[in-house]
This record gives sequence, C-alpha cells and structure tokens, in this order.
Amino acid sequence: MKRTFVALSIVSLLAGGCSRKGKQPETLKPTATGVAIVESSGGKQIGYIGMQLDQPLVVQVNDANGSGVTGAAVYFSGRQGVVFTPAAALTDSSGQVTTNLSLGQASGRYNLTASTRDASGKNIDLTIEEIALGYQQTLGSQLNGQYCIRCHDPESTPQRVSNMDNLAVKPHPFTEGDTLNKMSDADLEAIINHGGAALNKSPLMPPWSYTLSKSDIAALISYIRAVADPPYQAGGLVYAQK
Amino acid sequence: MKNRLTEIWRLFFGDSARAFGSASVMLLVLLAIAPGKDHFSQWHRYQKQYLRLVRGRADAVTLERHFQPGIQQIWLPEQQVTDRCMTCHLGLKEATLADVSAVAFRKHPVIPHSLTEFGCTTCHRGQGAATTVQEAHNATEQWEQPLLPAKYIEAGCGQCHLENLTGTPFLNQGREIISRYGCTRCHTIRRPDGTSILPDRDPPSLAHIADKTSREWVYAWIKDPQAYASTASMPNYHLSDDDARDISAFIMVQSTPMQPPLQPVKAEGQADVAAGTTLYGQSFCASCHAMQNAAGMVAGGTLGPELTGIGTKAKPGWLQDWVANPYHYDPNTTMPRYRFDAKQVATLVGFLESKIATDFVANVHLDPATPQQIEHGRRLVLENGCASCHEINGVTKPENFAPELTRIGSKPLSQLIFVEGMNRTLPDYVAAKVGNPRIFGPSLKMPQFKLTPQQIDAVTTALLAQTDRAFTQPPTMRITSVQQSKYEPAGHAGQLMKDLRCFSCHMTNGQGGNMAPDLSYEGTAVQREWLVEFLKNPETLRPALIRRMPKFNLSDTEINTLTDYILTVYQTSAFDRDSIPASDLTPAMADEGRDLFYSKFGCQGCHIADYRSDKGYIGPALAGMGKRFNAAWVYHWLKDPQALRPGTIEPNQHVTDEEARAVTAFLMSLKSAGTKQEAK
Repeated sequence: MKRTFVALSIVSLLAGGCSRKGKQPETLKPTATGVAIVESSGGKQIGYIGMQLDQPLVVQVNDANGSGVTGAAVYFSGRQGVVFTPAAALTDSSGQVTTNLSLGQASGRYNLTASTRDASGKNIDLTIEEIALGYQQTLGSQLNGQYCIRCHDPESTPQRVSNMDNLAVKPHPFTEGDTLNKMSDADLEAIINHGGAALNKSPLMPPWSYTLSKSDIAALISYIRAVADPPYQAGGLVYAQK
Repeated sequence: MKNRLTEIWRLFFGDSARAFGSASVMLLVLLAIAPGKDHFSQWHRYQKQYLRLVRGRADAVTLERHFQPGIQQIWLPEQQVTDRCMTCHLGLKEATLADVSAVAFRKHPVIPHSLTEFGCTTCHRGQGAATTVQEAHNATEQWEQPLLPAKYIEAGCGQCHLENLTGTPFLNQGREIISRYGCTRCHTIRRPDGTSILPDRDPPSLAHIADKTSREWVYAWIKDPQAYASTASMPNYHLSDDDARDISAFIMVQSTPMQPPLQPVKAEGQADVAAGTTLYGQSFCASCHAMQNAAGMVAGGTLGPELTGIGTKAKPGWLQDWVANPYHYDPNTTMPRYRFDAKQVATLVGFLESKIATDFVANVHLDPATPQQIEHGRRLVLENGCASCHEINGVTKPENFAPELTRIGSKPLSQLIFVEGMNRTLPDYVAAKVGNPRIFGPSLKMPQFKLTPQQIDAVTTALLAQTDRAFTQPPTMRITSVQQSKYEPAGHAGQLMKDLRCFSCHMTNGQGGNMAPDLSYEGTAVQREWLVEFLKNPETLRPALIRRMPKFNLSDTEINTLTDYILTVYQTSAFDRDSIPASDLTPAMADEGRDLFYSKFGCQGCHIADYRSDKGYIGPALAGMGKRFNAAWVYHWLKDPQALRPGTIEPNQHVTDEEARAVTAFLMSLKSAGTKQEAK
C-alpha cells in the first residue's frame, strides 16, 4: 500500500514537472490586435549550437493599413532547446517586439514561429529561419574566414576588402544554394582539392589539397551545405527515406 | 478484523499443501523480480524504440546487424572512463542516421576523435556508468557533474588541448579575454602542463598619475570607465560618489612627480589640427589606437588605448613628453618611440588635445580632500585590490586576492552559493559570476566587466575546461600550450629593435605580436637595398591592408644597424639565399613563367604583377618584386609556402621544380614597382 502510494506520488510529481515544462508562456493582456505579422530583422542568422545569436529577432505586428500596432501579444516558439528571452511580449509603440534567442543543441536549420492573434482570436503565424553550426560546420566557418571568404563573399568590411569584383569570373557565394546545391559533395571536394581548372571552371580558384587536410575540406563542405539558401537536401538513400 | 486475517491465513497456509503452494508462488514472484526489472528498465525501452525506428528504414538490415542488445560499455581505465551511454544512444556511429529527429538515436556529429578511444563523458561529462536517463544526464546527490550544455562543449576540448584549435573559436576567444582583461591578476589559473594563464598586458602604473591627468578625470573614470571610452577594458566597480571621491583623493596624494621630471616639448605658433590629422594618419597611429570617427563609429586597433577623449584625459605637458619619448613615463609600454622633431610633436599633440570627451568631467567638482577622506580612500584601494593590477605608491600588490580558478570546472555544487531564481548548475553559476558578479551580493568585490553575452559564454567555456579530469588524466593525452621563447635580439640592433618595439607587432621565432608579418626568415627573403628603402619609407605591400607599418623617421646609421642584423640573423637553415644567381634565370624562362603565372596558376586572382592589367587584392603586390626578394626565396616559397611561413593563406599548388624556376624567373624580372597612378 505504502509502495503504491510512493509510486503514485512519483508519477504525479513527474507529470507535474512535465506539465509545467509544457505550459504556455505567461499569458499577456493584449490591448490591441493586428492582421499581419512581419519580420523586421534578425532572421537568417548563422549562429552556433546553444549560443545566443548576435542580433536580436525583431518582428512587427501590422494593422490592415500596414502600420505597426501597439500592445498586440506576440508569442515565440521553436523546437526543443530554443530559448527566447522573452518568449512572449506585447508590441512596443512602433508595433515591434524584440527578443534574444539561443538555438538548440543540434546543428542545422531552425524554423521558429512568431504568432499573434487577430480580432477573431485566430492565430497568425510567421516562420523565421535561423541556422546553428555544429563542431564540423564551425571548423568550416573558421577555415572559410581564413581562406575562402575574401573571394567568395561580395561584402567588404574595413578589415577585409572583398576581392570578388577583381575577378573576371565571379566566384559563387556559399549561400548561393541554387547553384551549389546541384553539385554533389564529391564535386565540391574535387573543385576544392584540384582547383577550378581541373573541372573546367575558373582557373583563378587554386587547388587546396596540398594546403588543407581532408577533414578540413569535409568541414568546409559541411559549412557550405549548412548555409545554403535555399536549403540543401542531401540526395540518395537518406533523402529517399524521409 | 482479526477473524478475517485468520481466514486469509487459513486460505493460503491452512494445511501443508496450501502452504507449499503459496510459498512456491511467492518464490516464483520473487525470482521474477530481477528479470522483470531488467525487462521494464528504461534502457530496454530505448533499445526497443531504436529497433522500431531502424526497421522502418531502407537500410534496416545493416542497422539491425550492427545492433547489439544489452548494456554497452566503453571502458578506458587509464582515462577513468566507464561509459554506458551507447546502451541507449545506439545510432552514434551510423552514418545514415544523421537525419533522424530523435536526438537519442542520431549519429554523432563529425569530430576528429574516435568515440571508442575517448568515450563520451571525457567531453560531455555526466555520469557514464549510470543506466537511467535521469542519473546519466543530470546532477544527483551522489554525482555533481551533469551533462555539459552544448554551448559550452568546447570546454571538453580545452581539457587536453591547451593550445588554440581552429575548430574551437569560443574556447580560444575565452582564453584571450581572460588574458586581455587580466582576470588572472586576481584569480590564479594554473594549467595541467604546469603553466599558468597570464595577463597579456600591463595596466598603467599610477605612481606618477598626477603628472598625467587630473583628479577630476580619475574620479569620473573610476565611476564609469566605459563612459570615457567604450572600448576600455577596466571594469566598473559601481562606486558611490563618496567612494570615488576618496579613492581619487588617495591616488592623487600617493602620486609622486616623475624623476627626471617631464620634459614638455614646446613649439611656437598655433597648433595646426589639420596638419595633426595628417601626421596621425601618416604615422599609422590607428594601427594600434582606436578613435571615434565623424560617423560615431569607433575605428582602429586595440593594442593601445582608445584616443577619442584623450584631450580631456591627458595634460598637454604629459602628452608632449609621451609622444616625444613614451619610455620616459612607462619603460614597459608597447608603444614605439617615433623619432619626431619638436614641431611634429607639437602638431600631433595639438591634434590629440582637440579630441575632447564632451561632458565627461563637466559636472565633476571636487573640494580639496580631508585627511579622513584620504584614509578612507586608502582603505577602499586595499579592499578593492586596486594594486592587483595597478602600481600604486605605498600599496603592495596583494597575493591571491581572489579565489584560485585552477579547477573551477569541477567545483562541487555544495560549495557554491546560488541566487534565488537561478538554475542550480555550475555553468549557470560561472556565467552569472562572469557576466553579472554583483547579483551575488552588493558587497562582493568582483567588478562588472563589459562583455557581450557571447563573450560571457566564451569565458565560461574557457573556465569550465579547468577540470579535475584535465589534471588527473594521463599526461600523454595533453597537447601542451606553445611556450613563448625567451629570445631577445642582442647588441646594438637588439637595443634598437627594443626601442622601436618591433615585437609589439612582428613575430620572430615564435615570440612577439601577430599584427604584422613574421620576420623569422626575413633575412633570407629580401634584398638589402629594398630593406633599406623600406625602413626609410615603409610602403604598403598589400593593397587592401588598413593596419600598416608606421614611419619611424630613422637615421641612416639606425637603418644600417637594423638591416645588417636582419640580413645576418633572420635566416632559414633550409637553403642558401644566394643559391639561385640571376644568371640562372633566362628571359625565355621568364616568358614561360609569365604564362604559368597568368594561366595555369592564376596568380593574378590574388596578386598584382602589373598594375595596368591585374587587380588581385589579397596577397602583396608583386610589381617590383625583382628588387625586393632573393630568387632562392621566391623559388622555395612557390614550392611550399607553409614551410616558410606557417599558416600563410597562399595555397601550396604543388609546383614542379621547372615551373617554380620559370615563375621565379618571371617574378624576378619585375623590376619596376609601377604605381596605381601609372595604371590610371
């Protein structure tokens, strides 16, 4: 009898713990509602697993005229492990809500949802995508910053002037999924290993196989796959099973 | 009631047959408990789930063949690893399970280590021998090391890898911040290889502070250093007005005049701010010092302090003395002594004095200090450990002012005091201490450093790497930190190089700064005439570089001394710099080399050989190279750049001997530097 009681109480405690985790973020008292929710900034960032993203996520709730609504409730949600601070808030005087977010423990893409309710209580959702880099992709991103970015990134900063405009054949930025997704891992590996000329591409892309290790190049490819836009879908066996 | 019990007793144990039957059933039940527990155990459920998952997949046969039932264990006695994690995490080694949504069964991300050789808890922590989810992942009463959150996972790497790794940016950043902000001036942090993390720069001495600045400035500065310069590394002590008043009083009272006294350099006439701006630019002060520009952006280097409000901070006489000869005030500064004449000093100081931090000291009005206030200031200076970082007359540097952090990554939770509402985990505690120390109580001494959330996580990562395991595992697991050599150049040239602080930016033989190229083999690389010209008037070798070598206004004798030393001492032993004489390189080879340069190797992608046609922005411009380099250096560089300068981004293109010779002939034929103007 006593045992059953102990078992029961453990179960109820566990259930209590679970239900508290699953609870909706504290309910807000919205003073207004909008008809649309749009992203102002902070989407499509490249972060690291578990780390807070550099830029906060800012979304705006608009009325029928497209201007910001003050006092509308916005709720953020994402898959397990994503932390929003705050997870729910009322829009400010310009109709915006700003939240800092940390991505979860797994690398890859995170589709996050920001939602608000319209006058009839119906949910309006906005999907925002962020990217988390794991160990291999982080290594790739470091190597990219050291070796590739000067030619493959059109953006210049004071510390790093882009060389892209100086090249007759423009290199593909690594985010250019339309082109790079069509190339297999083996293609990318061959180009990085042997240079552009070996694959009938621009000879200005030098061969890296004598400078970078095999695992370095695998890391670079995993980084290129991680940041591709539109997202890269692995082909073959794995894809067929989804 | 008693009757009923007797009845039940009789029912089961009334006669010997009944008693035997009941006892047998009870025995059977008892015997079934052990296998039953096993069957209903958590890990058994996970194994069944895993089998259900893999059976739905195309490669089910392979995956099922790999599956082994029962408790799986990695046992590495030397590394104190007994990990049963793979009992539930069954897909860790299965390449095709990279995409499954259940984290428990997903393939482990690619890492450079084999899971069976290193185990799981070596990096991830947690209780390896446990067979329930709760005990394995979380802290329990008997086990205080829960699983490390993913964002601090690089702390796992840092236990063995004491040097920086490319793949661990946050660990590297955290260690850098610990050195940069001088955490180890108060907290000792020893490393498993016997070294300690050391601060990378010395905060200024306050022994002669009254010569440099005013008490009002000191008062405003210690109240809020970042209000003066957003990039300041001094932390905020959240001092009250009275405390700041008394500390500033004490520090000024303790200051003694410089011996020999300051020698301000005066020049006649009005300060010309425009000329000063030009001189500031020409001298490349911005390579080390940041300044807020017209757009409000802080731009420039971080080696020296930000100069946005220097006119408010430094007294004109001190600035003149400093610009003329920084070693007079601070013999250990990283700032080089420029050979400025009196007029240049006055021009530059005029410009610096025009850089005023508006409002910084505008509202500070301090009455002369009373002896009580000064005494109170002295007590505060002792209590806050100011002398841990700054030299202050009459105050000795405290030893072990703050707790040692050598094994902070394994500190038991029972020794930590948490604040209400905080997650009771070690990483959360460390991050809170780093990011916001005063929430643990207003009377705590640790000041508030200005760090971004990402920097706080980086420092936490570096601290969490300081575990018991890092110290107790076999020394063969350790990749020790690179030791800085004690090399110092000797003789006259050594004196001169010290005077010019060459090694604030350049590195030789593994010692020095990392802002400018490594000079270890410079003597093999360059020709004497070129080096003389370069030292007279350093030009930009890389078109897109913003941090540049300043012009020091050296005398001919000084240049000769430096050149002789560099050419004699900074040599590689791999080859002789004169091994390829000019006569070996024919015009025909140069033509062939030109073709190889532009077609096969595509060098113009990164380099400029001819300003009229080439645009490459990444490597140094090669026009005029024939006058700069020795042919043997160029040849060996082409063969294997990383051998001559580890880490250079020039790719090794596996050039054959003939090709290397031809390209060398072409490059050595580029005698005329040419300019961008000519190109236009």
